[in-house]
Amino acid sequence: PHAGPVEGKNEAAMSELVPEPRQKPAVPMKPMGINTNLLGYIGIDTIIEQMRKKTMKTGFDFNIMVVGQSGLGKSTLVNTLFKSQVSRKSSGWNREEKIPKTVEIKAIGHVIEEGGVKMKLTVIDTPGFGDQINNENCWEPIEKYINEQYEKFLKEEVNIARKKRIPDTRVHCCLYFISPTGHSLRPLDLEFMKHLSKVVNIIPVIAKADTMTLEEKIEFKQRVRKELEVNGIEFYPQKEFDEDLEDKTENDKIRQESMPFAVVGSDKEYQVNGKRVLGRKTPWGIIEVENLTHCEFALLRDFVIRTHLQDLKEVTHNIHYETYRAKRLNDNGGLPPMTVETEENHESNL
Amino acid sequence: IVLQGEGCRTVPLSGHVGFDSLPDQLVNKSVNHGFCFNILCVGETGLGKSTLMDTLFNTKFEGDPASHSQPGVQLKSNTYDLQESNVNLKLTIVSTVGFGDQINKEDSYKPIVEFIDAQFEAYLQEELKIKRVLHNYHDTRIHACLYFIAPTGHSLKSLDLVTMKKLDSKVNIIPIIAKSDAISKSELTKFKIKITSELVSNGVQIYQFPTDDESVAEINGTMNAHLPFAVIGSTEELKIGNKMMKARQYPWGTVQVENEAHCDFVKLREMLIRVNMEDLREQTHTRHYELYRRCKLEEMGFKDTDPDSKPFSLQETYEAKRNEFLGELQKKEEAMRQMFVQRVKEKEAELKEAEKELHEKFDRLKKLHQDEKKKLEDKKKSLDDEVNAFKQRKTAAELLQSQAQQAGGSQTLKRDKERKK
Repeated sequence: PHAGPVEGKNEAAMSELVPEPRQKPAVPMKPMGINTNLLGYIGIDTIIEQMRKKTMKTGFDFNIMVVGQSGLGKSTLVNTLFKSQVSRKSSGWNREEKIPKTVEIKAIGHVIEEGGVKMKLTVIDTPGFGDQINNENCWEPIEKYINEQYEKFLKEEVNIARKKRIPDTRVHCCLYFISPTGHSLRPLDLEFMKHLSKVVNIIPVIAKADTMTLEEKIEFKQRVRKELEVNGIEFYPQKEFDEDLEDKTENDKIRQESMPFAVVGSDKEYQVNGKRVLGRKTPWGIIEVENLTHCEFALLRDFVIRTHLQDLKEVTHNIHYETYRAKRLNDNGGLPPMTVETEENHESNL
Repeated sequence: IVLQGEGCRTVPLSGHVGFDSLPDQLVNKSVNHGFCFNILCVGETGLGKSTLMDTLFNTKFEGDPASHSQPGVQLKSNTYDLQESNVNLKLTIVSTVGFGDQINKEDSYKPIVEFIDAQFEAYLQEELKIKRVLHNYHDTRIHACLYFIAPTGHSLKSLDLVTMKKLDSKVNIIPIIAKSDAISKSELTKFKIKITSELVSNGVQIYQFPTDDESVAEINGTMNAHLPFAVIGSTEELKIGNKMMKARQYPWGTVQVENEAHCDFVKLREMLIRVNMEDLREQTHTRHYELYRRCKLEEMGFKDTDPDSKPFSLQETYEAKRNEFLGELQKKEEAMRQMFVQRVKEKEAELKEAEKELHEKFDRLKKLHQDEKKKLEDKKKSLDDEVNAFKQRKTAAELLQSQAQQAGGSQTLKRDKERKK
């Protein structure tokens, strides 16, 4: 078979598996087996395995920030998401710590391992957000922290002798907790998300959703979605970053139906129907956290961890970070701000 | 106020979270994106570079065999899209053309080094852009350099040593003995040992298959000992037994390409593609490219300042350099302009001078002409006068003559009469 230059795609005709266009296997098959004994098998599909091995060796970083008024169950939710005590809860009514006077940023890192995959998980808590009487500009310390992480990364990237792997402290995901009032978003919610959706991936969640009935939940979600749209707030997954049709259809469904996820968190286990489940016990029943008919926690977990974890990181790196970098280099160099991006307009840093 | 947690503890999980799918998520994204792999084949004309590529990748790549009469070394590059299962590979094969054909080979390595550097430079330029698209960048950096050694059976040629020495800090070199069906097994062992010792004694760093990952440490370790691989390429398939195999047929027997007892082709394919392709790409990026980048930036005068001093020194240094450069440009421009103005003035003066001369000459000639004219007129006048005078004399003379004739006639008559008397 002839392989011509770039224009056409060619198949190494010996390959038995007829490849589907844009096939996204859930777990790519190990290439041993049928293919290896085929005459003419080259072996370029082994690169998947090679790449997988390398990434398992290096390990992963993930940094998740939680923002919301105190008492909305942020720490509990994060602990439930990652099934471990990665976030320290403030101890409710009898707290030894006072409510901070300003927004504090607390970043705590833990290493968790599962299936041979090592992950350094950093949970960034923001105590004091929205808790003051006057909450004007309380998002500023958060925005500042996020930008500081971009700055740290940029500084390292710009070094002459730079590290093999630049430590990544950038915020990959920001869970914003919405109070389950059942009415609408608060001005603070809108202000925060308006400012921060431009610099970080925001995933809004409706906290303590066990206070709403199913109908109330659906209505509330619709209202929230509408308000976000009206205010021009693009939460993750942002429409403009859908890579292809497949992404778009998948993400459209999430954006227009599932989000914002109405969640309940818990670290206590109870016995339900012979199984041990995470739940909240109330006089009128046990709310099973991982039961999709009770709340959408499982959807959130699957979305953030099992399907879009890597994408959250990539959007942060390829888009938010690049935006920060471009702005920073422009300002610093005193070069005129770029308006329309065309091929000709690419100014070099030199 | 920022508080940082210190020292990461490992915490146990109380259930299945699901981030073990992370490698799959990452790999899926890469698969969707497609992969790039770029191979550079360096070797003399006729050592079977194209055939080996055809054999390795099971296709007939385009191209005609090169001639031996190239004036200099050139590089020919072609990109192909290959697909196997769900993997799309953009394969670029770059080959030297005319390597080793010239009489004077001192500069033969230069086009190769320049080509490799040019790919690094292109990537560096993209990386330095303000608005950049690195994740969509078509990476043209060379991931593996197959160096083809002629099967003389003796030792490396000096051209080989010089070239490999120049390339070893820029690219992953995998040396191979080409057309190794020309060497017998015993000669081959000696040849390999000789080559390896020459490489070591000359300090040439060839690519070592990595042995840090347990799953491949053993096979890579063994393979490292088989370098340089003795290969044979062939796209012809012959029936051997009851199977079709890639082979070369000689009167004395058939050499099977994929028979490990006959040559190391299978080892090469295994190492280059099936085991270490990703490592080759990674080494290119984290080692060779970083070295190039560091050297290039240092060459341009940048230095890393310590982390306490002002941040972003690179950007400021850029600016300073840029202003300096622009200043120099301006000065040059000014100087050129001055020179231009000067030249124009000079030329103008010259021309004016010439014009003046011409005028003077013209005047002189004119005067000369007038003088001549006058002289001629004078001469003419005097001539006319003479002519008139002559005419007058003539008329006078004629009159006298006629008078004289008349008188003479009568006188003659008188004389005649007198005589007669």
